[in-house]
Amino acid sequence: MEFAELIKTPRADNVVLHCPFHMAVEGTLCLTGHHLIFSSRRQDNAEELWLLHSNIDSIEKRFVGSLGTIIIKCKDLRIIQLDIPGMEECLNIASSIEALSTLDSVTLMYPFFYRPMFEVLEDGWSSFLLEQEFELLSSVTNEWRLSCVNKEFSVCPSYPPVVIVPKSVDDEALRKVALFRQGGRFPVLSYYHKKNGMAMLRSSQPLTGTNGRRCKEDEKLVNATLRSGRRGFVIDTRPLPVAQQARAKGGGFEQEVHYPQWRRIHKYIERFNILQESFIKLVEACNDQSHNMDRWLSKLEASNWLTHIKELLTAACLAAQCIDREGASVLVHGSEGTDSTLQVTSLAQIILDPRCRTIRGFEALVVREWLQAGHPFQQRCAQSAYSNSKQKWEAPVFLLFLECVWQIHRQFPCSFEFNEQFLLMLFEHAYASQFGTFLGNNENERAKLKLPQKTMSLWSWVNRPEELCRFQNPLYEANSLVIWPSVAPQSLQLWEGVFLRWNRPSKFLEEAEEERINIIKYNKELQAKVNALRRQLAEMETDEEGREE
Amino acid sequence: QVEQVKLLDRFSTSNKSLTGTLYLTATHLLFIDSSQRETWILHHHIAAVEKLPLTTSGCPLVIQCKNFRIVHFVVPRERDCHDIYNSLLQLSRTAKYEELYAFSYNPKQNESEQVKGWQLIDLAEEYKRMGVPNDYWQLSDANRDYKVCETYPRELYVPRTASKPIIVGSSKFRSKGRFPVLSYYHKNKEAAICRCSQPLSGFSARCLEDEHMLQAISKANPSNRYMYVMDTRPKLNAMANRAAGKGYENEDNYSNIRFQFVGIENIHVMRSSLQKLLEVSGTRGLSVNDFLSGLENSGWLRHIKAVLDAAIFLAKAIAVESASVLVHCSDGWDRTSQVCSLGALLLDSYYRTIKGFMVLIEKDWISFGHKFSDRCCQLDGDPKEISPVFTQFLESVWNLTEQFPQAFEYNEAFLLQIHEHVHSCQFGNFLGNCQKEREDLKLKEKTYSLWPFLLSEQKKYQNPLYNPDFSPELTLLEPNTVSFNFKFWRNMYHQFDRSMHPRQSMFNLIMNTSEQNKQLEEDIKELEAKIKLRSGQSDVVLVKDQEQTARPAPVSLKSPPCFQKEQPPMPGNDAVRTIEGSNTADNRYSELVSEFSKAEPAVVSLEYGVARMTC
Repeated sequence: MEFAELIKTPRADNVVLHCPFHMAVEGTLCLTGHHLIFSSRRQDNAEELWLLHSNIDSIEKRFVGSLGTIIIKCKDLRIIQLDIPGMEECLNIASSIEALSTLDSVTLMYPFFYRPMFEVLEDGWSSFLLEQEFELLSSVTNEWRLSCVNKEFSVCPSYPPVVIVPKSVDDEALRKVALFRQGGRFPVLSYYHKKNGMAMLRSSQPLTGTNGRRCKEDEKLVNATLRSGRRGFVIDTRPLPVAQQARAKGGGFEQEVHYPQWRRIHKYIERFNILQESFIKLVEACNDQSHNMDRWLSKLEASNWLTHIKELLTAACLAAQCIDREGASVLVHGSEGTDSTLQVTSLAQIILDPRCRTIRGFEALVVREWLQAGHPFQQRCAQSAYSNSKQKWEAPVFLLFLECVWQIHRQFPCSFEFNEQFLLMLFEHAYASQFGTFLGNNENERAKLKLPQKTMSLWSWVNRPEELCRFQNPLYEANSLVIWPSVAPQSLQLWEGVFLRWNRPSKFLEEAEEERINIIKYNKELQAKVNALRRQLAEMETDEEGREE
Repeated sequence: QVEQVKLLDRFSTSNKSLTGTLYLTATHLLFIDSSQRETWILHHHIAAVEKLPLTTSGCPLVIQCKNFRIVHFVVPRERDCHDIYNSLLQLSRTAKYEELYAFSYNPKQNESEQVKGWQLIDLAEEYKRMGVPNDYWQLSDANRDYKVCETYPRELYVPRTASKPIIVGSSKFRSKGRFPVLSYYHKNKEAAICRCSQPLSGFSARCLEDEHMLQAISKANPSNRYMYVMDTRPKLNAMANRAAGKGYENEDNYSNIRFQFVGIENIHVMRSSLQKLLEVSGTRGLSVNDFLSGLENSGWLRHIKAVLDAAIFLAKAIAVESASVLVHCSDGWDRTSQVCSLGALLLDSYYRTIKGFMVLIEKDWISFGHKFSDRCCQLDGDPKEISPVFTQFLESVWNLTEQFPQAFEYNEAFLLQIHEHVHSCQFGNFLGNCQKEREDLKLKEKTYSLWPFLLSEQKKYQNPLYNPDFSPELTLLEPNTVSFNFKFWRNMYHQFDRSMHPRQSMFNLIMNTSEQNKQLEEDIKELEAKIKLRSGQSDVVLVKDQEQTARPAPVSLKSPPCFQKEQPPMPGNDAVRTIEGSNTADNRYSELVSEFSKAEPAVVSLEYGVARMTC
């Protein structure tokens, strides 16, 4: 298919662009296969807007006489308006945008066409391999092994080719366990707590069904992670009734009789369409400037978004607490083990592991616990808050995770190497990107699409020093402690950087942030200068002494 | 003195507690825990004491403070508890001004320091700064002996054309005699903010002098003929007042006025709103939705927004239309003070400096007779007179500092400290209800002024991000009042609930770094001077031993002990000993100073196999 077929009017002049809190600008609009490009005609200060078609969530068109107006709502929640003279042009452009922003084939997406303008210093596709992770692990314990049982993606299609499992369990047993867990997602190591040797495992639900099926290998696998005589905790991200209902459909949960050393805790973490609705409601509330105080607060409440944040943080704290405080191993799962499970395991690691609070460590966490662990990004991030199609598989699961990280970041502003911009960047790229990193739903699909060969990795770009400096937190001081956030409602806040980003003038806040950074930078300069002067003085003194001698 | 008393964590569901000894002093309640940490509570800060039903561990005693601290003690013996309860009830209720802490507080200053302290804020100077007296405005001596209005200050500025009979006539037509006077003069726009109380218009009464008075105000503004009259009450309330012979200005009787209601609720609504807010925020194990709906039902943020919206209306009338504005409510000492002072704060960057903010409070709140004594319940009085009007003012300012982080010289700690002392009765400034009462009490001789104390430790109150050139002089600050901009002020209402605060405070870090930068700049100067001196000396040496210089200078590889890499002092918790509100020297804000995360989780507890999260 040629993109040209979809573009009936590639260019329109005298288009007026309205962005919130900016003066309207007149200029030329161009459509290409992957971008909507608007450039103002002013020679002196040419403004250009490049918008990826894949970033467009929905468009609306209106006509007043022959003047058409297109309102474009983006997946990053921005809303822009284009006034296009000429009804035909406007209709053509609207239909082209509609078609180009909803291409159904992945291989037509921009990452397959994008040619980077920068030199690749490090190929991001091989920056974070599980083998490296395992090497680190082997230096502190020999209780685990790397298994290639899923080499052909035959045991579990949503798992990566290699996984880390207890040494005492062989591949044959793993195959059996896979049959006992939904989607073949048998328990694998998610995190090893060096401090006390406790482990966090993740999986999908066991297929016990109504007749209480059991799997000895499964029991043996999870028990292999326990110290003798110690208990473990199963954190089930569904409430008990839901878990019980799941048995009717062949699913279920670990029953006490078969798992006597394990204590089950049910936490309720919302999924799928409930989250999506919550997201849509919140964005609606934030976008309406006319709400009076009561209406705003009740809309904020009705969205339930902050409740989801609190629930998720609570569950993650609980998992972290079981490991760090109770000295117990933990198994986390919900139903499929691809959404709420990953939220909990990754957030718990943010709390427990200082490494995950560095830029590189966080990237590794996203790769390991989200991309390789098989979170279906392509499905979940197909549409954002403005989509009309309410597909069951769209949900802001990853955004919710990022927001929880942001909430912890706010409470521990000096403990993270990255800044808010870094989290925002990940949010944007998860929904629309020139990089192939977030395409596909799991490693299996990515391998089939040959993404590493055909597209550029986000990490190849982010980890270049030029880019990295934008994402560094100047307040960072490495902190090896476990960081326990407060989950009281008074301690949680709306993530303004995402939800109010386009709804209020932010000039003063940005300037203040700049000033903060300047103070820190200036401090470092001064310290260096003082040290240099002291050294100089000291040298002079010794010189003199030497001379006197 | 009672031993073995337990101090419970307000929000913890597990019965974690500190055990220690409780002491009662003449002015404070003191709790010293087993690790010798001290908690001081000023008796004047106590808003309510409650004895709860006896439990197995003892008799619980809950003390609520006006600075929103709530402490929960468990006293082992009921008898002791009862004694403490009775003593606190007596000690926290003072019948006479002379028994307040300010009269016994002695900061070891001599008399001249005391006098100088009171002279720090000079309102005559302030009016001069604004540009009055001038061709249009003059100082009136009508109230020199408090004869026209007891609750006004002696010195009042009025239009030159307003003669004494007009003033007296107008004052008779205004509730409590509070006739229209100048509150703020904008010298660039030649427009004025004036304030007064409601007219005694009833359904049809008129007063020619009052009409003249308003005309005089609008004529005192050469750049605009019409003036605004802002009634800060909801229209319904104002109309209801007519039945009592009070009311609002009839536009037909006053020439060239534009009348406007702005709908700020009265002190009773505000009191119960705060009450509801505190009930919600004090709930244990609060869910997000209960918090948000509680916040909504309390109406608190709506009221804050209403106050700020009114101030913006006022400031815009002056800055955009160059129109003078007369502001009143019922008596003109609550809502009027809020709106006039916030309006001036938006218009004039001087009030966004530390000194300027003190002046603003002295002018629009203290001198114009905001009834601090009644509103803050300094003496045992009518509970219906209590209202958080001043707290709302501080909260509105805080909201502005959040939107304009670089516009204010002072920081949040400054606002909190002022709030602390409005209730502490430790300094004379806020005692009593009006200037006349303060003079009668001889406060300037018998007590000390708060302002010099705050100034002496102003380092703590400086906003490190402050940019004096943020906005040119006398340009309007235009805040965005879309609802989502207003936030719950956690550091005010949960100031003492540490578990809710960020564990690392960005603010403190920036504060300290900025402070350190100043020190480093000094160090650099000093070092450079030393080096200069030395190189001067060594020049002399060089001249002497010229033949030696050909030799390469010996390189010292071993670093001398005098240069070590300096570690930036991290914001640590240096407040081991904290005395709340007992004197300004206490860095109360240091309670909020970040601690690196404690090893113990304040968050989760596993009880009976059931995981429960607590805040």
